[in-house]
Amino acid sequence: MEVTEQERLVAILKERYDDQVEKVETIQEFLTLTLKKENIADIIQYLYHHPETKFQFLTTLFAVHYPDLNQIAIVYQLHNLVSNQRLRLKVYLPIENPTIKTITTVFAGANWMERETYDFFGVNFEGHPDLRRILNVEDMIIFPLRKEYPLEDQTREDKSDKMFGR
Amino acid sequence: MAEQTVTDQTSLEEKRYVTLNLGPTHPATHGIFQNVLKMDGEIIISSEPTIGYIHRAFEKLAERRPYNQITPITDRMNYCSAPINNIGWHMTVEKLLGVEIPKRVQYLRVIIMELARITDHLVCNAVIGVDTGALTGFVYLFQQRELVYEIYEEICGARLTTNVGRIGGFERDFSQKAWDKINKFLEEFPKVLKEFENLLNRNRIFMDRTIGAGGINAERALNYSFTGPNLRAAGVDYDVRVAKPYSSYEDFDFVIPVGTNGDVYDRFMVRQEEMWQSLSIIKQAIKNLPEGPYHAEVPEFYLPPKEEVYNNMEALIYHFKIVMGETDVPKGEVYHCVEGGNGELGFYLISDGGRTPFRLHFRRPCFIYYQAYPEIIKGSMLSDAILTMSSMNVIAGELDA
Amino acid sequence: METSTSNIKTYTMAEKPEGYEGAGFFATSLDKVVGLARKNSIWPLPFATSCCGIEFMATMGAHYDLARFGSERLSFSPRQADLLMVMGTIAKKMGPILRQVYEQMAEPRWVLSVGACASSGGIFDTYSVLQGIDRIIPVDVYVPGCPPRPEQIIDGVMKIQHLVETESLRRRDSAEYKAMLNKYGIE
Repeated sequence: MEVTEQERLVAILKERYDDQVEKVETIQEFLTLTLKKENIADIIQYLYHHPETKFQFLTTLFAVHYPDLNQIAIVYQLHNLVSNQRLRLKVYLPIENPTIKTITTVFAGANWMERETYDFFGVNFEGHPDLRRILNVEDMIIFPLRKEYPLEDQTREDKSDKMFGR
Repeated sequence: MAEQTVTDQTSLEEKRYVTLNLGPTHPATHGIFQNVLKMDGEIIISSEPTIGYIHRAFEKLAERRPYNQITPITDRMNYCSAPINNIGWHMTVEKLLGVEIPKRVQYLRVIIMELARITDHLVCNAVIGVDTGALTGFVYLFQQRELVYEIYEEICGARLTTNVGRIGGFERDFSQKAWDKINKFLEEFPKVLKEFENLLNRNRIFMDRTIGAGGINAERALNYSFTGPNLRAAGVDYDVRVAKPYSSYEDFDFVIPVGTNGDVYDRFMVRQEEMWQSLSIIKQAIKNLPEGPYHAEVPEFYLPPKEEVYNNMEALIYHFKIVMGETDVPKGEVYHCVEGGNGELGFYLISDGGRTPFRLHFRRPCFIYYQAYPEIIKGSMLSDAILTMSSMNVIAGELDA
Repeated sequence: METSTSNIKTYTMAEKPEGYEGAGFFATSLDKVVGLARKNSIWPLPFATSCCGIEFMATMGAHYDLARFGSERLSFSPRQADLLMVMGTIAKKMGPILRQVYEQMAEPRWVLSVGACASSGGIFDTYSVLQGIDRIIPVDVYVPGCPPRPEQIIDGVMKIQHLVETESLRRRDSAEYKAMLNKYGIE
């Protein structure tokens, strides 16, 4: 996206949601906006319908755990297929209570993406029709992709860490 | 009294519905996922998919491994076209490092990626044939896959999970034997593909079976974030190779085939035509192949040649650091996508300067478009549901990761 | 096996067992005949989960042709299968299903574990992958590789054939076998 197009996009968003925008940056030529979590579903719907932005394709949705900041970031990547513009939105949630509103009302494809994020990080999506684990076993109690949990299965007794220094 | 008859009737309706469990182990080796179908006779009322039977925790595994050790993991996502995943990952790291790749490397990468796309579509179309009862096509097309396996073996040593190339290019230039095999493939494959087309493309039985089955319209497909041949069959011409060209795709002249209904026949035909387009791209790449080095100058990631390692101090240190995985990577956050066999395969890499990624997320097209499956098969018959599943080319490794 | 004058070795798939031959009859022991019949008509159940499954499809294709060894009819129903070929990674979510499929098979049954993931978990030493199917079912032959070449898979099948040929007819009722099944908790 050109710099002028980026500025136009930020201006359109700030017209209505100026207080929600925390940071605007361009990382590797990709416009990234950091937003507050309260109105994220409305913002995405606004960007979906606004005639000048029309971000009607959700590329991906996932989470990142930052243990130093004690926060989980949710990242949305939107795409306007006609004008070939891409946008990244980031929302930071506190780790004690990671809840955010769902966007399945806007994009049907966000359904499984949010379930996967819940499965791996424990993020609670309010309003999701069917929020349960999708990839791991149903009765798992931990959220494995958080940084404090190990990769390996801890109940193995036949592996010797002496030799391979894990 | 009236209430009693109403409840009698509803319980009669409930008893009419049959719950059928489809999977997770089911024939024709489609992959491991389960669908619990509620059926009224032969018509499907609703379905509930369950996935995760081959969840191998790739994203967590990638946080433990240095950058060149992640390539074997990416192989095993979409294992029918493994080189595309490998090269996509290498391009992501090169984007993070800001490395300029020589033209020859880009053209060679295009050749390998288009060969991989052909193999992926071969599997999908052969399996669509098998599910309608046409077993001959499967045997013929898999024989052609053997030719491509031989080409891979000449280039990187492995048949299926290739681990091809390195960050910065290739470990060696294509040998003369590899070129001979590629030329042999380019001569023999079109004839076999034409035979397969004659078998199925205008076959009355095949067309009656597949036209109208498992359709989805373009608006719903876009809302479900479909990409790849499934989206193009619904009528939207979105292809990452044209929208955001990578690795010199803008130099090549090719057409994007687009369907109308989004049903099984359209997906089959889109994949057929994409195979012909891939052949044309490979021929153009071979004709216009520039001379030059077969790798970029990235000494921290690209293993130096052995003669230098034994004689030169810097090369020895680089070799040690690369093999032990101790090279430091600049901090950054990058997203790169390539056109995989199933659509936009994206890699989102966050690096915090250490030897392993801080977070690596794979945007897997299969996972995203499989969520539409219950909506697509609602109201269709069971055999059409099986056909729809195989035409969507759901690969379990990419679904679960 | 005899060598003809032009030094080409001829190989017969079904060799005649030792016995006493006469005019119009051939006498040998029962277990040799049963072994010969069983080994050349194994009906496999391909339990293909991931990448090794694609190599299995290549093995069944025309180039490497597993059907030469008598495995022409793949049986997807465990009730009608002799050999359970587990190909690919088995996650912990899949474990109970594999166990159910194994328990449904009728005796005599053999298990071939194809690939590194099925044999020992492979490169996936993670919380969600079962580190080897021999934690839940008894395995007869392991084929290493990631994925193994079709020739290796055929070699594994030939080793199963050897086991089938030389097995005693009373093995499945013996106390040792029952003890082994008990160790896995299978009745």
